[in-house]
Amino acid sequence: MEHAIELRHITKTFGRVTANHDVSLSVRQGEILSLLGENGSGKTTLMNMIAGIYYPDSGEILVGGKPVEIRSPKDAYALGIGMVHQHFKLIDVFTAVENIALVMDRHDKYDLKAIRAKARAICDRYAFDIDLDQKVYEMSVSQKQTLEIIKMLFRGAQILILDEPTAVLTPQETERLFCVMRNMKADGKSIIIITHKLHEVLEISDRVAILRKGEYVDTIETAGASESTLTELMVGKKVELNIERPEPTNRHLRLSVHNLSVTNAEGVKVLDQVSFEAFSGEILGIAGISGNGQKELLEAIAGLQTTDPESSVLYYPDDDRDSTAEQLIGKTPKDIRGMGVHLSFVPEDRLGMGLVGSMGMVDNMMLKSYGKGHSFLADRREPRHLAEEIKDELDVVTPSVTTPVSRLSGGNVQKVLVGREIAAGPSVLMTAYAVRGLDINTSYTIYHLLNEQKKKGVAILYVGEDLDVLIDLCDRILVLCGGRNNGIVEGRKTNKEEVGLLMTRLQEKGDIA
Amino acid sequence: MSQNTHAPHEPLMRVVKRGETSGRLKIGVRLLAILLALVIDALFIYFVTGLNPFAVYGVMIGGTFSTTMRFSWAMRDLASLLLIGIALAPAFRMRFWNIGAEGQVLMGALATAAVMVYYGGKVPNGLLFTAMLVASILAGALWGFIPAWFKAHFGTNETLFTLMMNYVAIQIVACCVNIWRGQASGLGKLNMKSKAGWFPQIMGQRFTINLIVVAVLTILVFCYLRYSKQGYEIAVVGESENTARYAGINVGRVIIRTMILSGALCGLTGFLIVGGRDQTISTGTAGGNGFTAIIVAWLAKFNTFTMALISFLLIFLEKGAAEIASAYNLNDFASDIIAGIILFCILGSEFFVNYKVVFRSGHKEVG
Amino acid sequence: MDTLIAWILRAIPFGTIIMYGAMGEIVTEKSGNLNLGVPGIMYLGGFAGFASAYLYENTAQNPNMVFCVALALVCAFLAAMAGGLIYSFLTISLRANQNVTGLALTTFGMGVANFFGVYILDGRTATQSMVYKTFQTKLPVLSGWGVLGQTVFGYGFMVYAAIVLAILLHVFLNRTRTGLNLRAIGENPATADAAGISVTRYKYLATCLGAGISGLGGIYYVLDYNQGIWATTGQIEALGWLAVALVIFTTWKPLNAIWGSYLFGLLYWLYQFMPTLMGFSVPGYITDLIQMVPYVVTIVVLVVTSLRKKREDQPPASLGLAYFREER
Repeated sequence: MEHAIELRHITKTFGRVTANHDVSLSVRQGEILSLLGENGSGKTTLMNMIAGIYYPDSGEILVGGKPVEIRSPKDAYALGIGMVHQHFKLIDVFTAVENIALVMDRHDKYDLKAIRAKARAICDRYAFDIDLDQKVYEMSVSQKQTLEIIKMLFRGAQILILDEPTAVLTPQETERLFCVMRNMKADGKSIIIITHKLHEVLEISDRVAILRKGEYVDTIETAGASESTLTELMVGKKVELNIERPEPTNRHLRLSVHNLSVTNAEGVKVLDQVSFEAFSGEILGIAGISGNGQKELLEAIAGLQTTDPESSVLYYPDDDRDSTAEQLIGKTPKDIRGMGVHLSFVPEDRLGMGLVGSMGMVDNMMLKSYGKGHSFLADRREPRHLAEEIKDELDVVTPSVTTPVSRLSGGNVQKVLVGREIAAGPSVLMTAYAVRGLDINTSYTIYHLLNEQKKKGVAILYVGEDLDVLIDLCDRILVLCGGRNNGIVEGRKTNKEEVGLLMTRLQEKGDIA
Repeated sequence: MSQNTHAPHEPLMRVVKRGETSGRLKIGVRLLAILLALVIDALFIYFVTGLNPFAVYGVMIGGTFSTTMRFSWAMRDLASLLLIGIALAPAFRMRFWNIGAEGQVLMGALATAAVMVYYGGKVPNGLLFTAMLVASILAGALWGFIPAWFKAHFGTNETLFTLMMNYVAIQIVACCVNIWRGQASGLGKLNMKSKAGWFPQIMGQRFTINLIVVAVLTILVFCYLRYSKQGYEIAVVGESENTARYAGINVGRVIIRTMILSGALCGLTGFLIVGGRDQTISTGTAGGNGFTAIIVAWLAKFNTFTMALISFLLIFLEKGAAEIASAYNLNDFASDIIAGIILFCILGSEFFVNYKVVFRSGHKEVG
Repeated sequence: MDTLIAWILRAIPFGTIIMYGAMGEIVTEKSGNLNLGVPGIMYLGGFAGFASAYLYENTAQNPNMVFCVALALVCAFLAAMAGGLIYSFLTISLRANQNVTGLALTTFGMGVANFFGVYILDGRTATQSMVYKTFQTKLPVLSGWGVLGQTVFGYGFMVYAAIVLAILLHVFLNRTRTGLNLRAIGENPATADAAGISVTRYKYLATCLGAGISGLGGIYYVLDYNQGIWATTGQIEALGWLAVALVIFTTWKPLNAIWGSYLFGLLYWLYQFMPTLMGFSVPGYITDLIQMVPYVVTIVVLVVTSLRKKREDQPPASLGLAYFREER
């Protein structure tokens, strides 16, 4: 079978970071190839080189058997390559039609009416539900993705790359997308889909190519693959999740969340009357498809989100339910600290929220504590001491404690952040995707740190995406779906199917125990 | 890896971000930029005037260094420019584009002059100076506060807002000058007879105080930005507002506070210019220094000591060009051209500090 | 009535100067480049136009005035484009900061114009090019139609050219593919890049052509509005900043520049005609405050648009930012 596109010995580095090293793989005509790999395995970088966003340091790309140069997205279009990026490449203030016109072939006549008609035809054919005259900033996420796909179809792409398209979709929308993909395949188009959801890989693709830490591992036929073989290829060895889970001791009510609702800037209720309790000495997992209110939940508790009226987050300082509880809603992070509540928060966006990338470890240590004392000047002795301590204890690899943390690798960045938050001696510790993009060893270091805190009597909220980890690490798991608390299950008794079901299917209100 | 098989198809040159930049490279690149600028300027001088560029540069050095008087004048002008640069440093550290220094200085100068006009000779000198100082700082701070308040509350674009505020200030100054001069053709020096509000002469110059203040502020603002808690907050807000909120920093308050500080320092500059240098006011009191200082502050990357160096370079050029002008019958505008070319070269050179260019054949690096 | 006419006759030419400046800057800013070098560019354009016309009419045996006008326009456009090219090279290719580069360009442009201007002045304080008469030629029949002819048809050709240009720019930005691409770059260069649009080329072209258009404002000021008189003044700088203000006032829409610029002109000249129009006279110093009004109005527009948050009225989203494809 002829290869639609072939990569040979591709290498790409950014500064000192090698994103792809000597990667070779090929896509056949009329097949769906899954590109599988963990976060940070170099999938997106590799695809960006085919799409002309990046240029490889070395290696070559062949399209239809001929070596080609893809210096810009324009070159990619000319070769019939189209990519739907994870972050949509749309102009917010343009209408759908104008966005489509943007990618049109330059030799075609510029006629918005004709473009609309042609786009309409594509919509009808695949039953896309979209208003072509709507401005993009008024569209939902799935409408934007639909528009991206229409754009590529309009442009007549023969090789289509989809970067984690299902991450933002509901199950129904995912099914519809897969249907479209099968139709395109039937048309003889080649599709590369980047994903790390194994069941989707098995469902949709003909073959699977696996990347691990920027290097090519293998390509196998999907027919002969199973979730376990794929996982093994992806992570390199059989996942023996031997995460320690001590029994909670000295369990007392610490946080009582009641009717917590958040409405975002677009007027969408992203958190809808969530109620639950968190206890000291326990890890409460929070599961859910990404974007179902996890971020808002943690940020609301941390005082970073405006909440709707009647939301309540009560904090119990003593190990006694009848003790005077403190209301955290309506307080700023500074107020909360001022109340003597030791609330630590490891946010999802490490360098954009948790740390200041251009500052060294020392200055990052004082991010929350710089205001201590009455001196006008900031004290840097203590932070320096703490930075040295964290560097030694957690084996942070950095030239010095003053090197900007943005220069460190993802794992080391996370160690700095988690190290600081734990050093603050929290009574509540919230983590969002704490191990995302980290290697196995660092991940286990993080699990270990969390368990240490649990034993010390800290109440831990662990937002995670890997169900295996959630089930093995957490005492209880709260599942968010559509911004609602869709049920809380016992970590020791539940299984992946149960949690998976809760993640995708909203329970009737009465069902929740 | 076989580079040769497809090398001809590779783009001619590509730009790659540098991983790390050594201090020596940073200085080297900038020195090269200034050298290049001087060569371009020499060519310009030669082709336009036919003069020997080296002789011209020699005369130019005399503009600042030929006599003590010249040197002290250069220092006087350096003080004004550098002070504004220092005033801008906190705002720029916060990534707040305060293009309104010119207006903030003018408002400070206007407040100073107003106190001199209305209270000169009527109150004791000590009180008069205090009133001038306080009024100038308040006026400058107000001019910084207004755009900051709108930025903090509504996200109003500060670059354009502060730019417009300059012209509002200019017109207000024009209006007041018009009132004060009455029927006279110009305003002249204020309180000419009583010299009320004029800085005392120290070492023969009224602007000696300006030099002392600028020296002290260079150190103070440097320390403020680097060692104080507020300086830390400014740095965090400038890097990422999200992180600042996460850290519990009230972003709006920091923006407003910092701009009040920036405006107040500009206002103070206005006070020093009126009291210590001009003893009068006009729409040209700031003399475009408010704009030049933006370039100074930006190039120095918020380091007030580097600002002193760059300010000196610019003042040196200006004085040198004026000297050339009188020596060779040219005109002062040559200094704008020479300064412009040097600024272009330094601005362009930043690129080679942060990026390197990789050429197709082999992997030769330029930068 | 006569006062009103006189007022309009002053306001429209004044507005035309800044309309050119603003239209050029709109084109530039639509590509995401905030060029604060407009005053310098208008200086370059004004001086090059004046110098070429002046030298031509003083050296040619029988100067052809139509050729002279064309020569002046071309020279003004090219000189202003050269200014835009310096800005483009520094900010686009070398990714220098836009604000700082623009301010340096203003210094440079002003310096170049005034430095060489002194050579032409040759010791005098001002000198005149006679080509202004051609620039000011009115429409033959129409301008004779009483009040209407005076106020609507009584100007030099560049006033009408500015209106035509504004309409053309409106059509260009909203009805053509190139205009769509340009707007896309200003909003989100990464997206435009992914769509296969050459961001660098567009930015260069938009900035250089925009500078050329701004430069026409300079030549209109010198050879029509100022009756062909060149003198060393800071007047063009003030006009340049007013043009930048006008861009904000129009919310980046060329059609708004037409009435916006005339409004600015009316406000600018208000002080001279207010006494007779309003029936009371004001002291001289009030006129300075009245001249402040365009800037205050611009600030109000700036605040109101940021308050209303209407997406269509916002500055191009990438305004002021450099674009580097491999940034990460």
